[in-house]
Amino acid sequence: MEFFQAIFNMSAASFAQHMVNGISLGSLYAMIAIGYTMVYGILLMINFAHGDIVMMACYFAFFGITVFQIPWYLTFVGVIIATALLGVVIERTAYRPLRDAPKNSVLISAIGASFLLENLANYLFSGRPLRFPNIELLSQNIAIAGVQVQAISLVIPVVTMLCLVVLLHIVNHTKIGMSMRAVSKDYEIARVMGINIDNVISITFAIGSILAAIGAIMWGIRYPGITPLLGVMPGLKCFIAAVIGGIGNIKGAVLGGFILGLGEILIVAFFPQLSGYRDAFAFIVLIIILFYKPTGLLGEKTTEKV
Amino acid sequence: MLKVEDLVVSYGGIEALKGISLDVPDGKIITLIGANGAGKSTLLRTIIGLVKPESGKISYNEKEITALNSQKIVTTGITLVPEGRRVFSNLTVLENLKIGAYMRNDKAEIEKDIEWIYGMFPRLQERNWQLAGTLSGGEQQMLAVGRALMCRPKLIMMDEPSLGLAPLVIKDIFRIIQEINAKGMTILLIEQNANMALKIADWAYVLETGRITMEGTGKELLENPQIREAYLGKKKK
Repeated sequence: MEFFQAIFNMSAASFAQHMVNGISLGSLYAMIAIGYTMVYGILLMINFAHGDIVMMACYFAFFGITVFQIPWYLTFVGVIIATALLGVVIERTAYRPLRDAPKNSVLISAIGASFLLENLANYLFSGRPLRFPNIELLSQNIAIAGVQVQAISLVIPVVTMLCLVVLLHIVNHTKIGMSMRAVSKDYEIARVMGINIDNVISITFAIGSILAAIGAIMWGIRYPGITPLLGVMPGLKCFIAAVIGGIGNIKGAVLGGFILGLGEILIVAFFPQLSGYRDAFAFIVLIIILFYKPTGLLGEKTTEKV
Repeated sequence: MLKVEDLVVSYGGIEALKGISLDVPDGKIITLIGANGAGKSTLLRTIIGLVKPESGKISYNEKEITALNSQKIVTTGITLVPEGRRVFSNLTVLENLKIGAYMRNDKAEIEKDIEWIYGMFPRLQERNWQLAGTLSGGEQQMLAVGRALMCRPKLIMMDEPSLGLAPLVIKDIFRIIQEINAKGMTILLIEQNANMALKIADWAYVLETGRITMEGTGKELLENPQIREAYLGKKKK
Protein backbone atom coordinates (compact mmCIF):
# COMPACT_ATOMS: atom_id res chain seq x y z
CA MET A 1 0.00 0.00 0.00
CA GLU A 2 2.73 2.33 1.02
CA PHE A 3 4.39 1.71 -2.33
CA PHE A 4 1.36 2.76 -4.35
CA GLN A 5 0.79 5.77 -2.19
CA ALA A 6 4.36 6.81 -2.83
CA ILE A 7 3.81 6.52 -6.58
CA PHE A 8 0.54 8.45 -6.49
CA ASN A 9 2.05 11.17 -4.42
CA MET A 10 4.77 11.72 -6.97
CA SER A 11 4.20 14.17 -9.78
CA ALA A 12 4.94 13.16 -13.35
CA ALA A 13 7.73 15.71 -13.49
CA SER A 14 9.58 14.41 -10.49
CA PHE A 15 9.06 10.82 -11.64
CA ALA A 16 10.65 11.75 -14.98
CA GLN A 17 13.47 13.39 -13.09
CA HIS A 18 14.14 10.22 -11.10
CA MET A 19 13.99 8.11 -14.25
CA VAL A 20 16.60 10.30 -15.94
CA ASN A 21 18.83 10.03 -12.87
CA GLY A 22 18.34 6.30 -12.67
CA ILE A 23 19.05 5.72 -16.34
CA SER A 24 22.19 7.82 -16.26
CA LEU A 25 23.49 6.08 -13.12
CA GLY A 26 22.61 2.73 -14.69
CA SER A 27 24.54 3.69 -17.82
CA LEU A 28 27.59 4.55 -15.74
CA TYR A 29 27.39 1.21 -13.96
CA ALA A 30 27.02 -0.51 -17.33
CA MET A 31 30.15 1.13 -18.73
CA ILE A 32 32.23 -0.10 -15.83
CA ALA A 33 30.55 -3.49 -15.55
CA ILE A 34 31.51 -4.31 -19.15
CA GLY A 35 35.18 -4.19 -18.15
CA TYR A 36 34.64 -6.77 -15.40
CA THR A 37 32.67 -9.05 -17.63
CA MET A 38 35.12 -8.95 -20.57
CA VAL A 39 38.13 -9.73 -18.42
CA TYR A 40 36.24 -12.50 -16.67
CA GLY A 41 35.16 -13.91 -20.03
CA ILE A 42 38.75 -14.32 -21.10
CA LEU A 43 40.80 -14.90 -17.95
CA LEU A 44 38.08 -16.28 -15.65
CA MET A 45 39.22 -13.83 -12.99
CA ILE A 46 37.76 -10.76 -11.33
CA ASN A 47 39.92 -7.75 -12.05
CA PHE A 48 39.54 -6.11 -8.66
CA ALA A 49 41.70 -3.21 -9.81
CA HIS A 50 39.03 -2.18 -12.35
CA GLY A 51 37.25 0.19 -9.95
CA ASP A 52 40.59 1.80 -9.16
CA ILE A 53 41.28 2.25 -12.85
CA VAL A 54 38.10 4.38 -12.88
CA MET A 55 39.52 6.38 -9.95
CA MET A 56 42.85 6.92 -11.71
CA ALA A 57 41.05 8.12 -14.84
CA CYS A 58 39.30 10.79 -12.74
CA TYR A 59 42.67 12.00 -11.43
CA PHE A 60 44.10 12.01 -14.95
CA ALA A 61 41.23 14.27 -16.02
CA PHE A 62 41.76 16.53 -12.99
CA PHE A 63 45.45 16.94 -13.77
CA GLY A 64 44.84 17.51 -17.47
CA ILE A 65 42.22 20.20 -17.09
CA THR A 66 42.72 21.81 -13.67
CA VAL A 67 46.48 21.53 -13.28
CA PHE A 68 47.85 21.62 -16.83
CA GLN A 69 45.00 23.71 -18.27
CA ILE A 70 44.62 21.53 -21.35
CA PRO A 71 41.23 22.00 -23.09
CA TRP A 72 38.74 19.45 -21.75
CA TYR A 73 38.11 17.67 -25.05
CA LEU A 74 41.85 17.11 -25.59
CA THR A 75 42.24 16.02 -21.99
CA PHE A 76 39.48 13.46 -22.41
CA VAL A 77 41.29 11.90 -25.37
CA GLY A 78 44.47 11.82 -23.32
CA VAL A 79 42.65 10.31 -20.33
CA ILE A 80 41.24 7.53 -22.48
CA ILE A 81 44.68 6.69 -23.89
CA ALA A 82 46.42 6.88 -20.51
CA THR A 83 43.78 4.72 -18.85
CA ALA A 84 43.98 2.10 -21.60
CA LEU A 85 47.75 1.98 -21.08
CA LEU A 86 47.29 1.68 -17.33
CA GLY A 87 44.96 -1.29 -17.81
CA VAL A 88 47.44 -3.00 -20.13
CA VAL A 89 50.34 -2.34 -17.75
CA ILE A 90 48.41 -3.82 -14.82
CA GLU A 91 47.66 -6.91 -16.88
CA ARG A 92 51.28 -7.33 -17.92
CA THR A 93 52.81 -6.83 -14.50
CA ALA A 94 50.21 -8.27 -12.12
CA TYR A 95 48.42 -10.97 -14.15
CA ARG A 96 50.56 -12.17 -17.05
CA PRO A 97 53.40 -13.59 -14.90
CA LEU A 98 50.75 -15.72 -13.19
CA ARG A 99 49.23 -17.09 -16.39
CA ASP A 100 49.92 -20.71 -15.45
CA ALA A 101 49.45 -20.23 -11.71
CA PRO A 102 46.32 -21.33 -9.82
CA LYS A 103 43.30 -19.02 -10.18
CA ASN A 104 43.51 -17.98 -6.52
CA SER A 105 46.99 -16.51 -6.98
CA VAL A 106 45.75 -14.27 -9.79
CA LEU A 107 42.78 -13.19 -7.70
CA ILE A 108 45.06 -12.22 -4.82
CA SER A 109 47.32 -10.40 -7.24
CA ALA A 110 44.27 -8.47 -8.43
CA ILE A 111 43.43 -7.44 -4.88
CA GLY A 112 47.06 -6.39 -4.47
CA ALA A 113 46.93 -4.31 -7.64
CA SER A 114 43.77 -2.65 -6.33
CA PHE A 115 45.36 -1.74 -2.97
CA LEU A 116 48.50 -0.57 -4.72
CA LEU A 117 46.55 1.87 -6.91
CA GLU A 118 44.48 3.15 -3.98
CA ASN A 119 47.52 3.76 -1.80
CA LEU A 120 49.53 5.17 -4.66
CA ALA A 121 46.77 7.69 -5.28
CA ASN A 122 46.60 8.46 -1.60
CA TYR A 123 50.36 9.03 -1.52
CA LEU A 124 50.61 11.02 -4.73
CA PHE A 125 47.41 13.05 -4.64
CA SER A 126 46.65 13.00 -0.89
CA GLY A 127 43.38 11.76 0.57
CA ARG A 128 41.83 15.22 0.48
CA PRO A 129 38.91 15.24 -1.97
CA LEU A 130 39.56 17.14 -5.18
CA ARG A 131 36.92 18.62 -7.37
CA PHE A 132 36.46 17.16 -10.84
CA PRO A 133 36.90 20.04 -13.31
CA ASN A 134 33.66 21.79 -14.11
CA ILE A 135 32.70 21.70 -17.76
CA GLU A 136 29.95 24.25 -18.17
CA LEU A 137 28.61 22.77 -21.40
CA LEU A 138 27.99 19.38 -19.78
CA SER A 139 27.17 20.25 -16.19
CA GLN A 140 24.63 22.99 -16.88
CA ASN A 141 21.00 22.41 -16.00
CA ILE A 142 18.52 22.33 -18.80
CA ALA A 143 14.76 22.21 -18.62
CA ILE A 144 12.79 19.87 -20.82
CA ALA A 145 9.00 20.02 -20.45
CA GLY A 146 9.33 21.35 -16.94
CA VAL A 147 11.87 18.72 -15.89
CA GLN A 148 15.18 20.14 -14.72
CA VAL A 149 18.10 17.88 -15.64
CA GLN A 150 21.83 18.23 -15.94
CA ALA A 151 22.97 18.03 -19.55
CA ILE A 152 25.39 15.24 -18.65
CA SER A 153 22.50 13.05 -17.48
CA LEU A 154 21.21 13.06 -21.04
CA VAL A 155 24.67 12.64 -22.57
CA ILE A 156 25.56 9.61 -20.44
CA PRO A 157 22.95 7.16 -21.83
CA VAL A 158 23.64 8.26 -25.41
CA VAL A 159 27.41 7.80 -25.04
CA THR A 160 26.87 4.46 -23.32
CA MET A 161 24.65 3.18 -26.12
CA LEU A 162 27.15 4.34 -28.75
CA CYS A 163 29.97 2.57 -26.93
CA LEU A 164 27.88 -0.57 -26.64
CA VAL A 165 27.07 -0.60 -30.36
CA VAL A 166 30.74 -0.15 -31.28
CA LEU A 167 31.83 -2.77 -28.75
CA LEU A 168 29.31 -5.37 -29.93
CA HIS A 169 30.39 -4.73 -33.49
CA ILE A 170 34.04 -5.30 -32.58
CA VAL A 171 33.29 -8.44 -30.61
CA ASN A 172 30.87 -10.02 -33.07
CA HIS A 173 32.02 -8.88 -36.48
CA THR A 174 35.78 -8.37 -36.54
CA LYS A 175 38.72 -10.73 -36.61
CA ILE A 176 40.03 -9.50 -33.28
CA GLY A 177 36.56 -9.95 -31.74
CA MET A 178 36.39 -13.47 -33.13
CA SER A 179 39.76 -14.28 -31.59
CA MET A 180 38.60 -12.82 -28.26
CA ARG A 181 35.60 -15.11 -28.26
CA ALA A 182 37.79 -18.06 -29.24
CA VAL A 183 40.33 -17.37 -26.49
CA SER A 184 37.54 -17.04 -23.94
CA LYS A 185 36.22 -20.47 -24.90
CA ASP A 186 39.44 -22.47 -25.18
CA TYR A 187 42.78 -20.70 -25.04
CA GLU A 188 44.82 -23.83 -25.71
CA ILE A 189 43.14 -24.50 -29.01
CA ALA A 190 43.19 -20.78 -29.78
CA ARG A 191 46.98 -21.04 -29.49
CA VAL A 192 46.98 -23.99 -31.87
CA MET A 193 45.08 -21.80 -34.35
CA GLY A 194 48.06 -19.44 -34.23
CA ILE A 195 46.36 -16.78 -32.10
CA ASN A 196 48.72 -14.83 -29.86
CA ILE A 197 46.63 -15.02 -26.72
CA ASP A 198 48.76 -12.51 -24.83
CA ASN A 199 47.92 -9.89 -27.44
CA VAL A 200 44.24 -10.75 -27.32
CA ILE A 201 44.26 -10.42 -23.53
CA SER A 202 46.06 -7.05 -23.73
CA ILE A 203 43.48 -5.78 -26.21
CA THR A 204 40.69 -6.96 -23.93
CA PHE A 205 42.18 -5.01 -21.01
CA ALA A 206 42.64 -1.97 -23.24
CA ILE A 207 39.00 -2.04 -24.36
CA GLY A 208 37.72 -2.55 -20.82
CA SER A 209 39.88 0.33 -19.59
CA ILE A 210 38.79 2.63 -22.40
CA LEU A 211 35.16 2.07 -21.39
CA ALA A 212 36.14 2.61 -17.75
CA ALA A 213 37.82 5.89 -18.71
CA ILE A 214 34.78 7.15 -20.60
CA GLY A 215 32.62 6.05 -17.67
CA ALA A 216 34.97 7.77 -15.22
CA ILE A 217 34.86 11.07 -17.09
CA MET A 218 31.08 11.06 -17.13
CA TRP A 219 31.03 9.92 -13.51
CA GLY A 220 33.29 12.81 -12.55
CA ILE A 221 31.10 15.38 -14.26
CA ARG A 222 27.99 13.93 -12.63
CA TYR A 223 29.49 13.31 -9.16
CA PRO A 224 32.46 15.72 -8.95
CA GLY A 225 34.23 14.62 -5.74
CA ILE A 226 37.48 12.74 -6.43
CA THR A 227 39.14 10.68 -3.69
CA PRO A 228 41.56 7.73 -3.80
CA LEU A 229 38.77 5.40 -2.71
CA LEU A 230 36.31 6.73 -5.24
CA GLY A 231 36.42 3.51 -7.27
CA VAL A 232 35.70 1.07 -4.44
CA MET A 233 31.92 1.26 -4.15
CA PRO A 234 31.17 1.69 -7.87
CA GLY A 235 33.69 -1.08 -8.54
CA LEU A 236 31.88 -3.46 -6.22
CA LYS A 237 28.47 -2.55 -7.56
CA CYS A 238 29.56 -2.89 -11.17
CA PHE A 239 31.07 -6.27 -10.40
CA ILE A 240 27.70 -7.20 -8.92
CA ALA A 241 25.98 -5.81 -12.02
CA ALA A 242 28.14 -8.09 -14.17
CA VAL A 243 27.27 -11.09 -12.01
CA ILE A 244 23.56 -10.27 -12.05
CA GLY A 245 23.55 -10.06 -15.83
CA GLY A 246 25.59 -13.24 -16.18
CA ILE A 247 29.31 -12.70 -15.93
CA GLY A 248 31.11 -13.06 -19.23
CA ASN A 249 28.11 -11.70 -21.13
CA ILE A 250 28.42 -8.09 -22.34
CA LYS A 251 24.71 -7.43 -22.78
CA GLY A 252 24.16 -8.99 -19.38
CA ALA A 253 26.58 -6.53 -17.78
CA VAL A 254 24.65 -3.64 -19.34
CA LEU A 255 21.34 -5.07 -18.17
CA GLY A 256 22.74 -5.59 -14.67
CA GLY A 257 24.07 -2.04 -14.63
CA PHE A 258 20.68 -0.60 -15.51
CA ILE A 259 18.86 -2.76 -12.96
CA LEU A 260 21.16 -1.56 -10.18
CA GLY A 261 21.26 2.08 -11.24
CA LEU A 262 17.53 2.45 -11.76
CA GLY A 263 16.67 0.35 -8.71
CA GLU A 264 18.94 2.34 -6.44
CA ILE A 265 17.55 5.71 -7.53
CA LEU A 266 13.90 4.68 -7.60
CA ILE A 267 13.96 3.02 -4.18
CA VAL A 268 15.36 6.15 -2.62
CA ALA A 269 12.86 8.25 -4.60
CA PHE A 270 9.82 6.28 -3.46
CA PHE A 271 11.01 5.49 0.04
CA PRO A 272 13.18 8.35 1.26
CA GLN A 273 13.30 6.69 4.67
CA LEU A 274 15.28 3.84 3.07
CA SER A 275 17.97 6.09 1.65
CA GLY A 276 20.44 4.84 4.26
CA TYR A 277 20.14 1.40 2.66
CA ARG A 278 20.92 2.70 -0.80
CA ASP A 279 24.17 0.80 -1.12
CA ALA A 280 22.64 -2.35 0.32
CA PHE A 281 20.23 -2.58 -2.60
CA ALA A 282 22.87 -3.98 -4.97
CA PHE A 283 23.88 -6.68 -2.52
CA ILE A 284 20.30 -7.71 -1.83
CA VAL A 285 19.61 -8.03 -5.55
CA LEU A 286 22.81 -10.06 -5.87
CA ILE A 287 21.74 -12.49 -3.17
CA ILE A 288 18.30 -12.92 -4.70
CA ILE A 289 19.67 -13.49 -8.21
CA LEU A 290 22.33 -15.91 -7.03
CA PHE A 291 19.63 -17.80 -5.20
CA TYR A 292 17.25 -18.18 -8.12
CA LYS A 293 19.52 -17.94 -11.14
CA PRO A 294 23.15 -18.56 -10.22
CA THR A 295 24.40 -18.06 -13.78
CA GLY A 296 22.87 -14.58 -13.94
CA LEU A 297 19.97 -13.25 -16.00
CA LEU A 298 21.58 -13.69 -19.42
CA GLY A 299 24.25 -16.18 -18.41
CA GLU A 300 24.31 -19.43 -20.34
CA LYS A 301 24.33 -22.81 -18.85
CA THR A 302 27.52 -24.54 -19.78
CA THR A 303 26.74 -27.48 -21.98
CA GLU A 304 29.44 -29.60 -23.45
CA LYS A 305 29.36 -32.45 -25.86
CA VAL A 306 31.94 -35.08 -25.21
CA MET B 1 59.54 -35.10 -42.21
CA LEU B 2 58.74 -34.85 -38.54
CA LYS B 3 61.39 -36.44 -36.34
CA VAL B 4 61.00 -37.09 -32.63
CA GLU B 5 64.11 -38.19 -30.74
CA ASP B 6 64.33 -39.50 -27.17
CA LEU B 7 61.41 -37.40 -26.01
CA VAL B 8 60.80 -37.36 -22.27
CA VAL B 9 57.75 -35.52 -20.91
CA SER B 10 56.63 -35.30 -17.29
CA TYR B 11 53.31 -34.25 -15.86
CA GLY B 12 53.42 -33.29 -12.21
CA GLY B 13 56.30 -35.60 -11.39
CA ILE B 14 55.04 -38.53 -13.44
CA GLU B 15 56.88 -39.42 -16.61
CA ALA B 16 54.20 -39.66 -19.28
CA LEU B 17 56.69 -40.24 -22.09
CA LYS B 18 59.89 -42.09 -21.22
CA GLY B 19 62.12 -41.50 -24.20
CA ILE B 20 60.22 -41.83 -27.46
CA SER B 21 61.64 -41.73 -30.97
CA LEU B 22 59.59 -41.82 -34.11
CA ASP B 23 59.57 -40.57 -37.69
CA VAL B 24 56.67 -39.22 -39.69
CA PRO B 25 57.77 -39.12 -43.34
CA ASP B 26 56.06 -36.73 -45.75
CA GLY B 27 52.96 -37.92 -47.54
CA LYS B 28 52.34 -40.94 -45.33
CA ILE B 29 49.70 -41.94 -42.81
CA ILE B 30 51.46 -42.83 -39.58
CA THR B 31 49.39 -44.35 -36.82
CA LEU B 32 50.05 -44.56 -33.14
CA ILE B 33 47.95 -47.01 -31.17
CA GLY B 34 47.88 -47.60 -27.47
CA ALA B 35 45.62 -47.95 -24.48
CA ASN B 36 44.30 -45.11 -22.32
CA GLY B 37 47.10 -43.42 -20.43
CA ALA B 38 49.83 -44.69 -22.71
CA GLY B 39 50.87 -41.10 -23.45
CA LYS B 40 49.43 -40.71 -26.94
CA SER B 41 47.79 -37.34 -26.41
CA THR B 42 50.79 -36.08 -24.45
CA LEU B 43 52.98 -36.79 -27.47
CA LEU B 44 50.77 -34.69 -29.79
CA ARG B 45 50.43 -31.91 -27.25
CA THR B 46 54.20 -31.79 -26.91
CA ILE B 47 54.78 -31.71 -30.65
CA ILE B 48 52.38 -28.76 -31.05
CA GLY B 49 54.03 -26.92 -28.15
CA LEU B 50 51.26 -27.01 -25.55
CA VAL B 51 53.49 -29.06 -23.24
CA LYS B 52 57.21 -28.55 -22.84
CA PRO B 53 59.36 -31.70 -22.84
CA GLU B 54 61.91 -32.45 -20.17
CA SER B 55 64.45 -33.65 -22.68
CA GLY B 56 64.66 -34.86 -26.24
CA LYS B 57 64.32 -33.19 -29.58
CA ILE B 58 61.52 -32.57 -32.06
CA SER B 59 62.40 -31.38 -35.53
CA TYR B 60 60.35 -30.72 -38.62
CA ASN B 61 62.03 -30.62 -42.02
CA GLU B 62 65.46 -30.53 -40.37
CA LYS B 63 64.47 -27.51 -38.27
CA GLU B 64 64.29 -27.94 -34.52
CA ILE B 65 60.91 -26.91 -33.12
CA THR B 66 61.25 -28.25 -29.56
CA ALA B 67 61.55 -24.88 -27.83
CA LEU B 68 59.12 -22.94 -30.05
CA ASN B 69 55.69 -21.84 -28.86
CA SER B 70 52.53 -23.18 -30.50
CA GLN B 71 52.06 -20.10 -32.60
CA LYS B 72 55.46 -20.54 -34.27
CA ILE B 73 55.08 -24.29 -34.62
CA VAL B 74 51.78 -23.85 -36.44
CA THR B 75 53.44 -21.55 -38.97
CA THR B 76 55.77 -24.40 -39.95
CA GLY B 77 52.72 -26.24 -41.32
CA ILE B 78 51.80 -28.56 -38.46
CA THR B 79 48.29 -28.59 -37.05
CA LEU B 80 46.29 -30.57 -34.54
CA VAL B 81 42.75 -31.94 -34.54
CA PRO B 82 42.42 -32.23 -30.78
CA GLU B 83 40.94 -35.01 -28.73
CA GLY B 84 37.27 -34.39 -28.04
CA ARG B 85 37.13 -32.08 -31.11
CA ARG B 86 37.15 -28.87 -29.08
CA VAL B 87 35.45 -26.75 -31.70
CA PHE B 88 34.69 -23.22 -30.49
CA SER B 89 31.10 -23.89 -29.43
CA ASN B 90 30.35 -20.17 -29.04
CA LEU B 91 31.38 -19.43 -32.62
CA THR B 92 29.39 -20.22 -35.75
CA VAL B 93 30.45 -22.99 -38.10
CA LEU B 94 31.73 -20.40 -40.56
CA GLU B 95 33.66 -18.55 -37.85
CA ASN B 96 35.28 -21.81 -36.74
CA LEU B 97 36.56 -22.30 -40.27
CA LYS B 98 37.70 -18.69 -40.50
CA ILE B 99 39.58 -18.92 -37.26
CA GLY B 100 41.38 -21.95 -38.64
CA ALA B 101 42.76 -19.56 -41.25
CA TYR B 102 43.65 -17.01 -38.59
CA MET B 103 47.24 -16.63 -39.73
CA ARG B 104 46.43 -16.27 -43.40
CA ASN B 105 45.70 -12.96 -45.08
CA ASP B 106 44.78 -14.11 -48.57
CA LYS B 107 41.05 -13.44 -48.43
CA ALA B 108 40.17 -14.81 -51.85
CA GLU B 109 42.04 -18.04 -51.20
CA ILE B 110 40.40 -18.40 -47.80
CA GLU B 111 36.99 -18.13 -49.48
CA LYS B 112 38.02 -20.86 -51.92
CA ASP B 113 39.15 -23.14 -49.12
CA ILE B 114 35.88 -22.64 -47.28
CA GLU B 115 34.06 -23.68 -50.47
CA TRP B 116 36.36 -26.70 -50.74
CA ILE B 117 35.63 -27.78 -47.16
CA TYR B 118 31.90 -27.24 -47.62
CA GLY B 119 32.17 -29.42 -50.73
CA MET B 120 33.78 -32.13 -48.65
CA PHE B 121 31.30 -31.74 -45.76
CA PRO B 122 27.95 -30.57 -47.17
CA ARG B 123 26.40 -30.89 -43.69
CA LEU B 124 28.60 -28.07 -42.49
CA GLN B 125 27.44 -25.77 -45.27
CA GLU B 126 23.81 -26.40 -44.29
CA ARG B 127 24.73 -25.33 -40.78
CA ASN B 128 26.92 -22.41 -41.82
CA TRP B 129 25.35 -19.92 -39.39
CA GLN B 130 24.68 -22.27 -36.53
CA LEU B 131 26.77 -22.14 -33.40
CA ALA B 132 29.23 -25.02 -33.42
CA GLY B 133 27.97 -26.08 -29.99
CA THR B 134 24.64 -27.08 -31.54
CA LEU B 135 26.19 -29.61 -33.95
CA SER B 136 26.13 -33.37 -33.41
CA GLY B 137 29.33 -35.13 -32.39
CA GLY B 138 30.05 -36.31 -35.92
CA GLU B 139 29.45 -32.85 -37.38
CA GLN B 140 31.72 -31.34 -34.76
CA GLN B 141 34.45 -33.78 -35.73
CA MET B 142 34.06 -32.78 -39.36
CA LEU B 143 34.24 -29.15 -38.34
CA ALA B 144 37.38 -29.82 -36.29
CA VAL B 145 38.98 -31.45 -39.34
CA GLY B 146 37.80 -28.62 -41.60
CA ARG B 147 39.13 -26.01 -39.18
CA ALA B 148 42.54 -27.72 -39.17
CA LEU B 149 42.59 -27.85 -42.98
CA MET B 150 41.93 -24.11 -43.17
CA CYS B 151 45.53 -23.31 -42.22
CA ARG B 152 46.72 -25.32 -45.25
CA PRO B 153 48.83 -27.66 -43.17
CA LYS B 154 51.47 -30.04 -44.43
CA LEU B 155 51.13 -32.32 -41.42
CA ILE B 156 47.84 -32.97 -39.65
CA MET B 157 47.91 -34.68 -36.28
CA MET B 158 44.60 -36.24 -35.26
CA ASP B 159 43.86 -37.27 -31.72
CA GLU B 160 41.22 -40.01 -31.60
CA PRO B 161 38.94 -38.66 -34.30
CA SER B 162 36.60 -41.65 -33.97
CA LEU B 163 36.02 -41.22 -30.23
CA GLY B 164 32.35 -41.45 -29.33
CA LEU B 165 31.07 -41.52 -32.89
CA ALA B 166 28.64 -43.94 -34.53
CA PRO B 167 30.22 -46.65 -36.71
CA LEU B 168 28.87 -45.11 -39.93
CA VAL B 169 30.31 -41.72 -39.04
CA ILE B 170 33.64 -43.31 -38.14
CA LYS B 171 33.75 -44.84 -41.61
CA ASP B 172 33.18 -41.38 -43.08
CA ILE B 173 35.96 -39.88 -40.99
CA PHE B 174 38.45 -42.54 -42.05
CA ARG B 175 37.48 -42.08 -45.69
CA ILE B 176 38.15 -38.36 -45.30
CA ILE B 177 41.52 -38.99 -43.66
CA GLN B 178 42.52 -41.00 -46.71
CA GLU B 179 41.20 -38.31 -49.04
CA ILE B 180 43.22 -35.65 -47.28
CA ASN B 181 46.30 -37.86 -47.42
CA ALA B 182 45.77 -38.40 -51.14
CA LYS B 183 45.92 -34.63 -51.56
CA GLY B 184 49.51 -34.78 -50.30
CA MET B 185 49.08 -34.04 -46.62
CA THR B 186 50.91 -36.10 -44.05
CA ILE B 187 48.80 -37.63 -41.29
CA LEU B 188 49.82 -38.58 -37.79
CA LEU B 189 46.85 -40.47 -36.42
CA ILE B 190 46.27 -41.53 -32.85
CA GLU B 191 43.58 -44.10 -32.29
CA GLN B 192 42.13 -46.58 -29.88
CA ASN B 193 40.16 -47.96 -32.77
CA ALA B 194 43.20 -49.99 -33.73
CA ASN B 195 41.54 -52.07 -36.40
CA MET B 196 40.55 -49.19 -38.68
CA ALA B 197 43.62 -47.14 -37.89
CA LEU B 198 46.03 -49.93 -38.80
CA LYS B 199 44.16 -50.67 -42.01
CA ILE B 200 44.90 -47.23 -43.44
CA ALA B 201 48.37 -46.79 -41.89
CA ASP B 202 51.55 -46.86 -43.94
CA TRP B 203 53.53 -47.32 -40.76
CA ALA B 204 52.39 -47.78 -37.20
CA TYR B 205 53.78 -47.53 -33.69
CA VAL B 206 52.48 -49.14 -30.53
CA LEU B 207 52.78 -47.02 -27.41
CA GLU B 208 52.61 -48.63 -23.98
CA THR B 209 52.98 -46.61 -20.75
CA GLY B 210 55.28 -44.04 -22.26
CA ARG B 211 57.40 -46.32 -24.42
CA ILE B 212 57.19 -47.48 -28.00
CA THR B 213 57.07 -51.25 -27.81
CA MET B 214 56.49 -52.22 -31.41
CA GLU B 215 56.46 -50.79 -34.90
CA GLY B 216 55.83 -51.98 -38.41
CA THR B 217 53.57 -51.52 -41.39
CA GLY B 218 49.89 -51.38 -40.64
CA LYS B 219 49.43 -54.78 -42.22
CA GLU B 220 52.20 -56.39 -40.17
CA LEU B 221 50.77 -55.16 -36.92
CA LEU B 222 47.25 -56.20 -37.90
CA GLU B 223 48.54 -59.75 -38.29
CA ASN B 224 50.70 -59.73 -35.20
CA PRO B 225 49.16 -62.11 -32.62
CA GLN B 226 50.11 -59.93 -29.64
CA ILE B 227 48.47 -56.90 -31.19
CA ARG B 228 45.43 -58.93 -32.15
CA GLU B 229 44.99 -60.00 -28.57
CA ALA B 230 45.75 -56.70 -26.85
CA TYR B 231 44.11 -54.20 -29.21
CA LEU B 232 41.80 -56.03 -31.56
CA GLY B 233 40.07 -58.21 -29.02
CA LYS B 234 40.87 -61.42 -30.86
CA LYS B 235 42.15 -64.53 -29.17
CA LYS B 236 45.34 -66.22 -30.28
CA LYS B 237 44.59 -69.17 -32.52
